[in-house]
Order: sequence, then C-alpha cells, then structure tokens
Amino acid sequence: MKKIKVIILKEWAEVFKNRLVLSTVIFMPLLFTALPLIMIFTTRDSGMEELSSDMPAQFSQLCSSSLTGGECFQVYMVSQFMILFMLTPLIVPVNIAAYSIVGEKTTRSLEPLLATPITTIELLAGKNLAAAIPAVLATWISFFLFIAGAWILVRSPGVIAELLDLMWWIAVLVAGPLLSILSVNFSIMVSSRVNDPRVAEQVSVIVILPVLGLFFGQIAGLFFLNRLIIIAFTLLLFLLDILMVYIAVRLFQRETILTRWK
Amino acid sequence: MIVTDNLTKKFGDNLAVDRLSLTVDEGEVFGFLGPNGAGKTTTVRMLTSLIGPTFGTAIVNGFQIGKQDYDIRRTVGILTETPGMYDNLSAEYNLQIYATLYEVQDVSGQVEKYLRMLGLWERRKDEVGSFSKGMRQKLAIARALLHEPRILFLDEPTAGLDPEASRLVRDFISELRKQGRTIFLCTHNLDEADRLCDRICVFKTHLLVVDSPANLRAQLFGRKVVFHLREANDFLALTIQALPYIQQARVIDNKLVISLDDPELYNPEIIRLLVQNGANVQFVGELRHSLEDVYLQLVKNK
Ligand SMILES: Nc1ncnc2c1ncn2[C@@H]1O[C@H](COP(=O)(O)OP(=O)(O)O)[C@@H](O)[C@H]1O
Ligand SMILES: [Mg+2]
Repeated sequence: MKKIKVIILKEWAEVFKNRLVLSTVIFMPLLFTALPLIMIFTTRDSGMEELSSDMPAQFSQLCSSSLTGGECFQVYMVSQFMILFMLTPLIVPVNIAAYSIVGEKTTRSLEPLLATPITTIELLAGKNLAAAIPAVLATWISFFLFIAGAWILVRSPGVIAELLDLMWWIAVLVAGPLLSILSVNFSIMVSSRVNDPRVAEQVSVIVILPVLGLFFGQIAGLFFLNRLIIIAFTLLLFLLDILMVYIAVRLFQRETILTRWK
Repeated sequence: MIVTDNLTKKFGDNLAVDRLSLTVDEGEVFGFLGPNGAGKTTTVRMLTSLIGPTFGTAIVNGFQIGKQDYDIRRTVGILTETPGMYDNLSAEYNLQIYATLYEVQDVSGQVEKYLRMLGLWERRKDEVGSFSKGMRQKLAIARALLHEPRILFLDEPTAGLDPEASRLVRDFISELRKQGRTIFLCTHNLDEADRLCDRICVFKTHLLVVDSPANLRAQLFGRKVVFHLREANDFLALTIQALPYIQQARVIDNKLVISLDDPELYNPEIIRLLVQNGANVQFVGELRHSLEDVYLQLVKNK
C-alpha cells in the first residue's frame, strides 16, 4: 500500500506541473457543469403550453405524466447535456495517463523503477489510481455543483426530480469510475506503442466514442436514455473494464516494458 | 556473490548473450568489458531480475533469478544505462520515492546520508532537470545505494561524462569497494577497468576471457623489461639472449628490450651480467601494454 501511495503522489507531483493537463482536469469539468446549467436557464420559461404541440411523440415516454409539456422539454434539453458528465471520467485520465506513461518512456525512468521490489500490479494500480482518482473527483464535484445550480435555477420540483433520477446517480457514481478505469487502461495500451504524449492523447481519445454514441443517439432521436439503457451500458462497461485491465496487466510486465515497448 | 550458469538470452533470432558461466566473488570489483552491442546491458538486466533468461540460470546474493526475484531486487542496487530521473521533481523527492520503494526504514536519514556523500545536499531542493550530466549520474548512484545493497550493478557509469566528473565517479567506486561491496561494472572504458577492477571479463556475446588485468597482459604479450643503457649494442643482446629463461632480447636505440616470464626473479642476474659486460645501466622498467592492446587483441582473435 505504501508503494502504491508513493507512486500516486509522485504521478500527481509530476503530471500536475504540466499546465495543459492541469487545465484539462479543472476547466473541462467546469465547462461540462456550466452547459447543462445554461440549458436550464435558457429553457426556464418553456412552461408555455403551445410548445407541447411541437414535441416529438416519444416525449410522453421520457417524462412522467405529472410534468407539463414545457417542463418535459426542459428535462429533455438539460439531460442531453448531462451526458457530458460521462465524458469527464474518460477525458481526464487520458491526459494524465498519456503524460505519465509516455513521459516515463521517453525519460527511461521506468527501468530503475522496475528494478525496485515493487510488483508490476502495484505499479499498475498506482498508475490507474493516479489517473482515475482525479477523474472521478472532478466528475463528482462537477455533478454536485450542477445539482446545487439546478436547485437554484429550476422552478418546478417535478423537473428536479427528473434530473435527479436514479439513472443519473448510476451514471455518475457507478459508470463514472468504470469509465475512468476503461480510459486509463486504454491509454496505457496506446502509450506502450507511441512516443509522443500528444499522439498518445489523440489516439486514446477514441475511448470517448461509446459516450458520444449515447450523446448523438439521443440527439438523433434513436433512443432516449432511461434507467434500462444506463444499467445495460454500465454492465457493458464493467465487462469492457475487465478486458482492458486484463490486457493492461499483460502489457505491464517488466520484460515486455523493457524489450517490447518502443 | 554472483554465479551464472549457461546464462543465455535471445531476442527472436538475435543471440544477445550466449551460455555465460562465471562467478563474481564477494567484495570484488568485477569488470564486464565489451564493445557496444556485446550484451552487457542484457546481462545486467537478467542478473537484476528485470528480464528472464531464454536458457540457463544465475544465483545472485544467494537467490535464484526467476524464482526469488523479489529478494534479488531488494538486495541489489543498479545504476541503469540511462539515469532515468524524474526531471521536474527535486533531487530529494526523487530519492525519497526510491527509498520508499526499496522499503528503507529510515527514509529521510538514508536520503540525507547519500545526498551529502555525493555532494548534492546543497542542491537537494532543485529540480533534477537543472542538473548537469555528472550530477544526475551521482544522484543515480545515490539512488542505487539507498537500501545498502550488497551487490551493485553499474552499467557504464562514466559514459558521456567529462573527465572531472568521470574521476569523481571512479573515486566513489573505489570508496564503495573499500566498504566491501561487490561491484559488477560494465564498461567499454579499458582504462577505467584497469584502474578499478580486481578481475575483468572480456565479453562479446560469448565470454572471451576472465582474469586480473595484470594476468591478462602477461598472458597475451608475455612480460617485457626495458633496460636503458648509456650505449646498447648487439653483443649485449646476444649475451642476454643466450640465457635459458630469456625469450627474446632486442636492441632499440639505447634500450635493450627483454621478454621473460619472471622479471622479479631474473632481473638482478641480468643486471649483473650487463654490468660485467661493461654496460652502464641507467634505468630499468617494465614495458606495460595498455589493456586496450589486450582487448583489441582478444576481440580481433575471436
Ligand atoms: N529489446 C531488444 N530487442 C531486440 N534486441 C535487443 C533488445 N535489447 C538488446 N538487443 C540486442 O542485444 C544485443 C546486446 O545488446 P545490449 O545488451 O544492449 O549490449 P551492450 O549493453 O553491451 O551495448 C544487441 O545486438 C542488441 O541489438
Ligand atoms: Mg549497454
């Protein structure tokens, strides 16, 4: 445990000296908190009845019947942007892991590290946690800021209830950490193959595809997020995580790192 | 102590180390000499449990590689070919990280001890990125010693350093030797090996030879003694040549160059004979081949 902790602290001391990484960790979640709040603000007067006639038919399944058409529209618009809370746990680790692993590769600091009596599992855990903890914290903090903002801005208690639906808690509290684990280990895979942190970052950003799929799928009207979809998505993530961690453990062996990482 | 038995490493079809069998004794400075690509780093990596052998085995500090890797890592120190420091962290923090990973009890005490010993205490708060190459190398040596390893592997410790920094590093290695640590020194600097090592192995994928620097010279070239005379001539050379224990005697300018096996035993007799034959002996000295000659000879022959 002591060894994992020292790795995590070292990663943070190094990586947060990089302004680019630091600003991604701080500003991106803030932006993703602001967007749904702005949506709440701009749709606050949409309680007008005439809007209801323009709404897609699926709305009725989206909102509970107690909401007016306008309120339902607000829920719909805001929840589009709440999907962004699932992007933070993907993007933040990519930044941290890309810099930490490609950085160690280019300065050749992994070899003396691997010569110490640390196990590769401890080292991998340290790298994972160093990238995942800030991502999960950033996600949770931004989600709680959003909730606080929503309390202030939303007029209807019905809308608040919809926005705090169980599915969002699952998305943020369960899927969030799973997404960040997926992201770190995917970045480790990519980083073992490239020698420029920016390239590693660009390639690793592929991991945001599943969440972008949800985002555009909903915008295109293919489906509306509901508890079932989120739970299925979370289960899928769990399986993907097992696969990714398995691959990362295979890649993260002393011999492999020293002789096959180029 | 290190004992290797047919230690072999292949990378695909490329044979890097071939059936290396050798013993490094407790407390000796063992020079592992070879040109670039000879397989020195690969050997060190196998002996420090960083990579596994394709074939063969080794016992390091009483622990077998591949079986007791944790114990090996815990009890050996290694200076890797590239220091691999964390450049944007301070020197002190770099060492603290490693002291913790090496399970050192008194982290701050050991860190201070080695920072002071290597003259880096004043700069401990500075980022390693601001250090010169020599300072980094010293810091890397400090890092390898934090856990007081019995065996220290040094992979080309003076490569790329200026003469002054090289000398500091060499002096420090001598110091470590006095403390009784076993040192496995990889180098392609022959002069360095000559000065520091008790025994030297010349290696190029295969083990070419292992011996003390002096024996290596003697074996390959025999020993030669130079007699500086006021006036040398062929008669003197022939007189000496006639002695049973002399391999060769030649005149070069005013010098008589004599090849023989045991100069300590026979020189007094030779001097007496020269004087009896009217020679005026000014100086007597041994003609030393540099280790470079030995090495080039070996690498050429095999
Ligand atoms: N990871 C690797 N993959 C393939 N070949 C390697 C690898 N590491 C070293 N080699 C090869 O093994 C040989 C010995 O290399 P090395 O041990 O680095 O030599 P030295 O340290 O003596 O310069 C070289 O031919 C080198 O190309
Ligand atoms: Mg080498």
